[in-house]
Formats: sequence, C-alpha cells, structure tokens
Amino acid sequence: MLTAWLFISPWVLGFLLFSALPIGLSVYYSFTSYNVFQPPRWIGLANYRALTTDPLFWKALYNTAYYTFLSVPLMMALSLGVALLLNSKLPGMRLFRTVFFLPSVLSGVGVALLWLWIFNPDYGLINLALSYLGIEGPLWLFSPQWSKPAMVIMSLWGMGGVMVINLAGLQSIPPQLYEAARVDGATGWAQFRYVTLPMLSPTLFFNFVTLTIGSFQVFTQAYVMTDGGPVHSTLFYVFYLFQTAFESLRMGYASAMAWILFFVIVTVSLIQIAVSRRLVYYEEN
Amino acid sequence: MGSIKAAKTAYAVTVYALLALGSVAFLMPLLWMLSTALKPDAQLFAYPPEWIPKPPQWRNFLDAIEYFPFWRYLRNSVIVTVLAVFGQVFSASIVAYGFARLRWPGREVVFFLVLATLMIPAQVTMIPQFVIFTWLGWVDTLLPLIVPSFFGGGAFNVFLFRQYYRTIPREYNDAARIDGASEWRIFWQIILPQSKPVIATAAIFAFLWTWNDFMGPVIYLHSPENFTLPIGLRAFQQQTGTEWDLLMAASLIVMLPVIVLFFLLQRYFVQGMALSGLNR
Repeated sequence: MLTAWLFISPWVLGFLLFSALPIGLSVYYSFTSYNVFQPPRWIGLANYRALTTDPLFWKALYNTAYYTFLSVPLMMALSLGVALLLNSKLPGMRLFRTVFFLPSVLSGVGVALLWLWIFNPDYGLINLALSYLGIEGPLWLFSPQWSKPAMVIMSLWGMGGVMVINLAGLQSIPPQLYEAARVDGATGWAQFRYVTLPMLSPTLFFNFVTLTIGSFQVFTQAYVMTDGGPVHSTLFYVFYLFQTAFESLRMGYASAMAWILFFVIVTVSLIQIAVSRRLVYYEEN
Repeated sequence: MGSIKAAKTAYAVTVYALLALGSVAFLMPLLWMLSTALKPDAQLFAYPPEWIPKPPQWRNFLDAIEYFPFWRYLRNSVIVTVLAVFGQVFSASIVAYGFARLRWPGREVVFFLVLATLMIPAQVTMIPQFVIFTWLGWVDTLLPLIVPSFFGGGAFNVFLFRQYYRTIPREYNDAARIDGASEWRIFWQIILPQSKPVIATAAIFAFLWTWNDFMGPVIYLHSPENFTLPIGLRAFQQQTGTEWDLLMAASLIVMLPVIVLFFLLQRYFVQGMALSGLNR
C-alpha cells in the first residue's frame, strides 16, 4: 500500500499542484476581477453576466461552432475514405499511408506559416491551382467570408492521425465476418453498410468526440495567420480567451470563459454519447 | 472468370487512381514550401507563380538561420524538449507501475481520477497555473515548460504505460518477490527493460507535443533570449513580413527533426496513434 502510493506520488503531487489547486483557483477567479498585479476582488456573478452581453464572446462562440460543424464532418469523411482505400490488400499501400500520415505530425507555427503563404490571394498555391481550372480564387484569409473555410481546408491536411486510427480499426475487423457476408450474397455496399460501419462505429465515435473537443480549442492558426481577423471572423473561442487573459490581463473574466467552455464541451460530449447509444455497436465481452 | 478478373483490375485501377490523386494534393503543400524556400527573391512574386526555382538558392537556408537568433532558440527548444520528454516518460513509467503491477485498495478510484483529468480542458487550469508560476517567479524562464512534466507525466502517458504493463505476465513480479527483490528493483530491472516499445511511443508523442508547442511558450516566454523555435519563428515572421523564401526555409528547418524522426520511426508513430484510438 505504501509502496504503491510512493510509485504514484509524482502524479499525486502533480495533480494537487497543477490540476486540483488550479481548478479551485479558477472557480474562485471567475467570480473576481483580477489582473495578477492586484489581489482578486470579489464581484460575484458579474463576469458571467457581462459575458452574456459581450458581442465578441458570442462572435467567438459562433466562429468556433462554424469551424467545428464544417471541419469535423469533413475530417471524418475524408479520413474514413482514405482509410478504406488504404485497407485494400493491394501492393504499395504503406507508401501511400506515409504520404497521408506525414502532414499530421507536422503542426504548429511552421504549418500555419506555410498555409498563410498557400492562401496568399495573388501568389499562393491554392489560387494558382484554381486558375488552372479557370476559376478566380477568393481572398481567403483576407475575406471575412472565406477565412474560416480556409482554416477548415488547412485542418483537413492534418487528418492523417485520424486516418491511421480508422485504418487500425478496419484492420481489426475479423475477415470471417466479410466471408459470412459474402456467403449471404452481400455485395460491396451491403458489406460496408452491415459489416464495416457497425464494426467501425466505436472508432468513428471516438474520433467524433475527440475531433470535436480538439476543434473547440483551435488557437495557433488564429494567432499566427490572422490575429483573429478580418473583422473578427477567425476570433476563435480559445484565442479570445487567451487575449482576454494574457493581453488584457482580465484573468477573472477569462476564467469565467474557461468554465463556460468546459460546460459547452461536457454538454456536447454528453449529447454525442446519448446519440451514440443508438448508433454505436459494441461487441459483448 | 474473365469478368471477375476484369472487375478486380478495374477495382485496383480505381483505388490507385484515387490514392494517387489524393497523394498529389497532400504532397503539394510540402513541395510548394520547398520550392518557395529555394526561390530567388525576384521569382517569389512572379505572376503567375512558378514551381521551379531558377536557379535554386540553397543559400536561403543559411540566410534564414543568420536572419534571426536561430542557435539561441534552438538551444532553448532542445533544453525544453529533452527535459520535458525525459520527465514525462520517466514519471509516467513509474506512476503507471503503481497502477498496473501493484494491488492496493482504492486503485480503481484513483485511476479513474487520472482519466478524469483528461476531461478538463487546458484552458481551465492555464490561468491559475500562470498565477502560480508568477508567485514562484518562474515566468520568463523555461521552468514552467519543463517542471510539470516530472509530476506524473500526463494522464495519457500513464494510460499508455499502464496498458502495456498489463500485458507483461504477473509471474515476473511473483518470481522476483520470492527472490526478495524490492518493487523498485522489479520495476527498474525487470519491467522497464521490457517496455521499450511503449517508451518509444510515449517519447515520440511527448517530443511532437513539446517541440511544436506554441501556446505554452507564448504565455511564459517574454524576452527574446528565452524564446523556443516556434515563437522564434513567429517573431521572425513579424520581422520579415513578406520574405517568404526565408520564412519557408526557416519553417522547414524547424520541421526537419520531426520529418527525420517520422521516417526513421514511422512504425511507432502508427502504433501510438492506433493505440490512442483503439483503447477507447
């Protein structure tokens, strides 16, 4: 017993110092006005009340929801499509897997700068490619209408990790199931619908939840590529939270924002779990 | 029989065609990056844009490095990455032993607490952590980016190690205990040496996370001499603005360790990813 607690003691200390204490402080700060230099001043629910009438808060929430609704389904579909292709037992699949997987391990500022250049309306790659097709491309990151779609396109380039998870899921489906389906006369689509999809549904559900949580937390793109603009069109929630906390030093207000984010994430995850009860197939152990 | 063969060929052709098309789309941004990095200034803003740098300016890589305090940032990035990766792997491997190889009352409850911390978004703890590090006087040093790694190594890593330890037969522990070995010796001399695959996987993910981390450095590092490469790159961008050849060259240099590691250890990248998905 003592030995066990000694083994887990690094985690216990870390939990107390970097999780439990901060969580407590965060709840407290969210009811205060606090700029780090002066002690926090209790203001009750004022932060939460002010948030309900803060147009930028709603804008940030809207932008984040917009991004999530576009990015997550497209990412799910693309990563599943590529995984299905890579799961065919043809030679050369490892090479293709490498190509699709590589971009997802590159992330951060370098990738953001690369896409900033790709989306350059005059000299960038995307509008060059569109011009081959005879299309005059939009202003992308300089346009309030196109800035979020641009960031969704960029996010799709990083679908490799999800694709690999799907591929592992596909490869763990027992081949006997497909044989049985063939005996019953199931063709390609029927096999996909009645074998692949149900067997893969727990994996797809996992991706759905983690991708949604991840897309609520976009930050680097907004910071490096657009600074939240143009006209706040890429002011994502966490970026606004960061600005509020570390640029305006409104720690109390930002803490309230963090808790609202927490409740949004929990609510959305609970809804996803509730829906999944009917759609996800779990094997009996 | 001929028609079955024809159908199989048609299937293969379709799969290859789609994959080839997708591969082109996925590789294009990287080729574009390389092409830009090698372009002479005059060619950068050619209209319509050109693919082949004429002539390739390999000097751009040297110029980019000289343009900003690259070596200083590299040094900081290496310090943070090496120590944080070591801290996370070492710490998680110890903690997971307590959860996987020892039986004690309350183990399941405490482990549930470990997993529960995964549910708390980083944004909730980010502000108080900043306040705590301000009290400690650690803001604008590398310490806030390093020290927390040594305290448990992160819930995900603990989880990875625990899953792996559970696949090692119990008999190893029983036999060693009969020989009078302490738990620490069993961990250090028997269990850990068998855990190389999970060490590799955890180390790779810790490396990716720390090397690419942007938000942490932006919050904690304020003086340029303390910058890591990602925020150094950001500062470089603000300085140079439109010198895309140098910016792309610098970005490629920062990405290079990740790319090299990816090609050397792709197996572990794939395993780690697959594990995180399948252990739902």
